[in-house]
Amino acid sequence: MSEVSTQPAATTLSAPQKTKKSYLNKIGFGFLYLILGLFAVIQIYPLVWLLFFSLKTNQEVFGMSPFSLPQDPQWGNYTKAWTSGNIGVYFFNSVWITVLSVALTIILASFVTFAVTRMSWKLSGLVLGLFLVAYMIPLHSTIIPLFNMYNNANLIDSPVSIVLSYTAFNLPLTIMILLGFYRTFPREIEEAAVMDGCSIHRIFFQITLPMTVPVLSTTAIINMIYNWNEFVFVNTFISSDNWKTLTVGINNFVGQYLTDWGAIGATLVISIVPILLAFLFLSDKIVEGMAAGSVKG
Amino acid sequence: MKNVMSNKYVIALYTLPALLLILTLIYIPIALSGYYGLMDWDGIGEMTFIGLDNYITLVQDKMFWTSTYHSFLLAIFSTASLLLYLVISLVLASKIKGSDLLRKIYLIPMLLSSVAIAQLWMKIFDPTNGMANKLLEMFGVENTPIWLADPEIALYAIFIPIIWQFAGFYILIYYAALKNVPDEIIEAAKIDGASSFQIAYKIKLPLISGIFKVTIMLAVVGSLKYFDLIYVMTGGGPNGASEVMASYMYKEAFKLNNFGYGSAIGFGLLVIALFMTWLISKLTKSKDDVQF
Repeated sequence: MSEVSTQPAATTLSAPQKTKKSYLNKIGFGFLYLILGLFAVIQIYPLVWLLFFSLKTNQEVFGMSPFSLPQDPQWGNYTKAWTSGNIGVYFFNSVWITVLSVALTIILASFVTFAVTRMSWKLSGLVLGLFLVAYMIPLHSTIIPLFNMYNNANLIDSPVSIVLSYTAFNLPLTIMILLGFYRTFPREIEEAAVMDGCSIHRIFFQITLPMTVPVLSTTAIINMIYNWNEFVFVNTFISSDNWKTLTVGINNFVGQYLTDWGAIGATLVISIVPILLAFLFLSDKIVEGMAAGSVKG
Repeated sequence: MKNVMSNKYVIALYTLPALLLILTLIYIPIALSGYYGLMDWDGIGEMTFIGLDNYITLVQDKMFWTSTYHSFLLAIFSTASLLLYLVISLVLASKIKGSDLLRKIYLIPMLLSSVAIAQLWMKIFDPTNGMANKLLEMFGVENTPIWLADPEIALYAIFIPIIWQFAGFYILIYYAALKNVPDEIIEAAKIDGASSFQIAYKIKLPLISGIFKVTIMLAVVGSLKYFDLIYVMTGGGPNGASEVMASYMYKEAFKLNNFGYGSAIGFGLLVIALFMTWLISKLTKSKDDVQF
């Protein structure tokens, strides 16, 4: 994580030279920091607590204060969680399903956004509208018919149903984010390429698409977070352990360990670590993506 | 130029795959949901056409309205919490030290899956060994609540992690919007002797009112279709006390095999969500002229 803003706060916000006022300001600032800090503790402490009990024995969990540190870290909880469940399989499924869906979503969304913003045709507004309205539709209203359709197509308990659903439901948001970016491009580049006899596919793949790489990485990250954590589709369409993803697999797995808090904690930590690591390395991109995703939505 | 950029085959090639996907997986299911609502159907056997019976039952179904009420309660709580996030973002965006780090810490819960959040908070709410009650005991509370098992409290207990989950997300949106307010305007106001409070209230807030509307929309519509945490934490229980629209639909369809009735609930959810979207955009539009 990068901490950039090193400007001295007191001088930029409160210029007055009178010592009395700056003294009051300091108290005010201290108070503000206290509130902001308290809020940060509320946001982060539950996770710290999770980490603590994932390293405790049952005696410690049930016999001592929940705020105590683990006496003798039980790393065995982690081996137990990893080996006695199907965590490895779930983990692998989450990875490839996420990657495949993100790739599909991004290429399809890029095609559509290119056709809608750079090419001229009568129905472009209508087609774009269909994608934008789809964003407002609650996925729960579609899940029973989807279940039936996949059932008839023999795609229940197949990862195909998951990849298709993720792609379809992430297209609207992805197109919305791309749209703002595409609209800022000057037309001259494409015009010049056409003059030179460049085919439309080459324009798309060799000129436009490479220019959108910054926003593509943003949409990729936001898609990744959504897909990695998705629950309803997998819970509804997948029944066999072979194809479950981490979220659903963990939920079922934890259900078996009702009282073994150490193992439950370790399982949850395992599911959380990849996304936290990604956040640590890509936090600026993630923050940017989240902001872009919501502001345009 | 024109010929190349309006080549029909290319347009079809570029748009049809995505269009087919959303038509097949979003629009057709929506229509089918309305249609299945007209059927008596257990999901496996034959469908029997029963006309509007499911919809009539739905309108008279107390449980449906209770769950709708719960969904709206969540929407109200989420929208109210936006004010807190706005204040926090205003402080963060006023160039204070460490705002980057704080913003990132606030965002962390948003990255976690609902399942992890649900399981973690179930442990926090554990009546005997959970953190919530131990904290209350430290403050001298004697009759500590049983949280998720208490019909009076369960729903509100679930609101806490939901609001916890999204706090950083909204703070981030406001922060990004506030960062886009040009520095020159703020500087000019400062020279004119405006206080930080006046700058926030009279300059920054009006300038980001558009984003405020967007977040109200996100909070309300998001709350109306909220599902994951509730499904994992209580399954709508105890005895329907934390049932929301989406969890009620899921229960009717996938637990009780009332696919016809579940579809009717799903269609009702769609109508309510779209109506609220329309209503909010209407309301925020008319207010615009009066407020600023």
